[in-house]
Amino acid sequence: MSTSTTTDPLLLANVSRRGLLKGLGAAGALVLAARWDLAVAAEDEAPKYGADAMPHGWVDNPNVFISIAVDGSVTIINHRAEMGQGIRTSLVMVIADEMGADWSSVKVMQADADEARYGNQNTDGSRSMRHFFEPLRRCGAAARTMLEQAAAQHWQVPVSDCTTTVHQVIHTPSGRALSFGELATTASELPVPERQFLRLKTREQWRYINKQPDQLPPGTTEKAGQPMAIDGRDIVSGKAIYGADVILDNMLFAVIARPPVYGASIQSVDDSAALQVPGVVKVVQLPTASIASAFSPLGGVAVIANSTWAALSGRKALTITWDNSSAGDNAAYDSVAFKAAMEAESLKPGKVVRTQGDIQQALNSADQRFEASYYSPHMAQAPMEPPVAIAHIKDGRVEAWGPVQNPQAARDGLAKRLSLEADNVTVHATLLGGGFGRKAKPDFVFEAADLSQIMDGRPVRVQWSREDDLHHSFFHTVSVDRLEASFNKESEVTGWLHRSLSPSIKSLFGPDSGHMSDIELAMGVRNMPFDIPAIQQETGEAMAHVRIGWFRSVYNIPHAFAIQSFVAELAHKAGKDHRDFLLELLGPDRQIDPRNQNEPWNYREDPIRYPIDTARYRDVIKTATRKANWPGGTRIAARRALGLAVHHSFMSYAAVVMDVEVSEQGEVIIHRVDIAFDCGPQVNPERIRSQLEGACAMGVGIAMMTQITAGDGKVQQDNFHNYLVPRHSQVPKEIHIHAVNDRLDVPIGGAGEPGVPPIAPALCNAIFAATGQRIRTLPIAGQLRTGNS
Amino acid sequence: MISLTINGTPQQLEVAADTPILWVLRDTLQMTGTRFGCGMALCGACTVHLDGNPIRSCATPVSYAAGKHITTIEAMENDAVGQRVQDAWMDEAVAQCGYCQCGQIMSAVALLKSNPKPTDKDITNAMNGNICRCGTYPRIRKAIHRAALYTEVKA
Repeated sequence: MSTSTTTDPLLLANVSRRGLLKGLGAAGALVLAARWDLAVAAEDEAPKYGADAMPHGWVDNPNVFISIAVDGSVTIINHRAEMGQGIRTSLVMVIADEMGADWSSVKVMQADADEARYGNQNTDGSRSMRHFFEPLRRCGAAARTMLEQAAAQHWQVPVSDCTTTVHQVIHTPSGRALSFGELATTASELPVPERQFLRLKTREQWRYINKQPDQLPPGTTEKAGQPMAIDGRDIVSGKAIYGADVILDNMLFAVIARPPVYGASIQSVDDSAALQVPGVVKVVQLPTASIASAFSPLGGVAVIANSTWAALSGRKALTITWDNSSAGDNAAYDSVAFKAAMEAESLKPGKVVRTQGDIQQALNSADQRFEASYYSPHMAQAPMEPPVAIAHIKDGRVEAWGPVQNPQAARDGLAKRLSLEADNVTVHATLLGGGFGRKAKPDFVFEAADLSQIMDGRPVRVQWSREDDLHHSFFHTVSVDRLEASFNKESEVTGWLHRSLSPSIKSLFGPDSGHMSDIELAMGVRNMPFDIPAIQQETGEAMAHVRIGWFRSVYNIPHAFAIQSFVAELAHKAGKDHRDFLLELLGPDRQIDPRNQNEPWNYREDPIRYPIDTARYRDVIKTATRKANWPGGTRIAARRALGLAVHHSFMSYAAVVMDVEVSEQGEVIIHRVDIAFDCGPQVNPERIRSQLEGACAMGVGIAMMTQITAGDGKVQQDNFHNYLVPRHSQVPKEIHIHAVNDRLDVPIGGAGEPGVPPIAPALCNAIFAATGQRIRTLPIAGQLRTGNS
Repeated sequence: MISLTINGTPQQLEVAADTPILWVLRDTLQMTGTRFGCGMALCGACTVHLDGNPIRSCATPVSYAAGKHITTIEAMENDAVGQRVQDAWMDEAVAQCGYCQCGQIMSAVALLKSNPKPTDKDITNAMNGNICRCGTYPRIRKAIHRAALYTEVKA
């Protein structure tokens, strides 16, 4: 811990840095220790999992994360990106609880990009809590131990007689007390205790972790239960700082006209009218990114001005002719034709990615066979804050600000682009106005730096418009999943053939094989848990024609939609209750090593620690259906029914029951949603609930209305009038979240993403139960309107 | 030169007449609580009040506000209804990323000022122009009902 005598956050930053420098030996040693653990693992040739497998792993050194001022105020660093998931509250809460800090005296300071110092910062894959709960508990426990040792020194008593209560250490025999502020200086001089000497709090000792709002101590919540949200007041008062709220002296404002077709370049530009717009300073052409552009900017024509409005007006006045010859066949991309092509491809045998039993024999000897094909479209993440970044180059250094999910990728990329040492690159992470995967790609930060360089180092803010965001996203993939099953005479499933086609995210980073990668297949295909004698899974060729990126829950969206819809279709075909049929398919309770299903990825988690657990599947299904009074009871009327789906992703399990009515005119009314969720121990239960409510809203959008289409290689949606996302009227008012297995003997799972995948299939299954109409193509859009069925 | 009043303070602005109020607030006056979301009056992130009525500042030229009063999120801490709405937002733990919430709050305050006890349907009608990509809609609805209750209790 470093100490300081001030509460000014900027000064604290400096003091903290000095403290670190002073304690560099210790900090270095700890980082080395973490590395050493990895080295040992490598010697054993054991594969690395979890945080150990991430770049820069984890750090649990209190000198890195905690600073106590002599007035007792505690500043805790949050090193992960805050994009609405509440991690700036929840991780800080973990440290505060373990060290014994009083929440009202805790401040948070956002870390710059510096993974060597903080451990991995790539806030993606629903893994912040999964990877940092334990290291940051140790971090807090180490701080507590140091404070107790400092008190013992002061009183000249055995440390075993010293106990931390809230923000103070008590000498138990005498009742004397010293506050954290009084102990700070002495504690900061002590070595960080070794890990084996740390005593983590027990569940009973936690004050903030794992508490429901009404269980939190007084003074730590707002009236009705906001559990200590760090940024809550700043958000409602307009003071919270997002990317575009950073203002630098002498700053210029830029917008960019990017090539409408992925990979196209500029043929000619007429900027004469743009340069006439008052406030426009410069128009400049940027180089086109060559395909497999990774996080590189797309290029285009930048308009740099002295205000955002001047830049936008200048861009409107540009006349640009694009050259599609550098874009290959992307200029011919048409999403309607591509759907048909994928569907045709899905009829042919594909590349086998998992097989057990003899699928041909199962299909040939079937009493009945059933097949269906499902389609999920492209989508754009469309966070409410469009991408934006500021860069300032000065004296051989670059400083950048932006809403980045992966700050280190921004820093590394800037160093490479500007040929600077990483030490000369600073990336400040602001709050993110939503991320959903989009802001894990720092292309917008690179644009700002390129333009600052062009403007001789003046600070430049690049602002993306909504049109820019929708036209040039890193799009969610597009998918066709064709499923075929065989039944025996007892209406049991004997064979399961799944042919899955989607352009791969790998195409963003290298040559496009046209087939999904292990990672994408691990999102609901290969780890499909059903106990069926013959299973075969195949991929078919589907080439990328736009930038493909990740979108909240990624390839789980199409795979859960297809599989969970298909199961409901099979149950109907078999004349069985959907829930009973689903439980039957899951088979006996067992823990499956995903490697036994030819699934090597497992979200990069240990397959023994995180097996596919069919009992946890069963528990969430049983809970959700029980809470929803499955199969419906008295709630159910004409054109109203329940629909069920379950999915396992990001090491968590989610089952959803939707109570849905479809009017004669085809209007969908969602009366109630029950979500049973098992992510193991819930660190911040209230925040997990809000994540699941949000996942439900987003999932309803995925089911009902949200899609990106393309024609002549160009995205056809421009803004929220034709890129439809759910609004107040379309989101269910009643969403009930039920925690399952909130216990400490299961390892922690993700919370941000796993709620999304089961929503669309649950809704479509309810629509089928209510109307008999089966949705196999997303979004539903006008499919339920009378006359369209 | 355009004269108008922002949060009670008279302002003389040297800006192009077609500049949307949003960019005057954000770039000229550095009042960043009003957010940019779409630029086409489609998402509501930029909602402010013009003479008490909610408008989308991203698509309203500043010339339209000449001689009028603009109220932004920055004034809500000193507004009786604004305070109650902000408190209700905290009490219902509404915000996730928070980016759209200033616009949501400005729409909610305008609703409650014209309709102190809105029904669910009133809320849907008044709020449907405000998009939240995090999906905080059910909590926004609860917070508006709660704020209406606070208003009732106070009155």
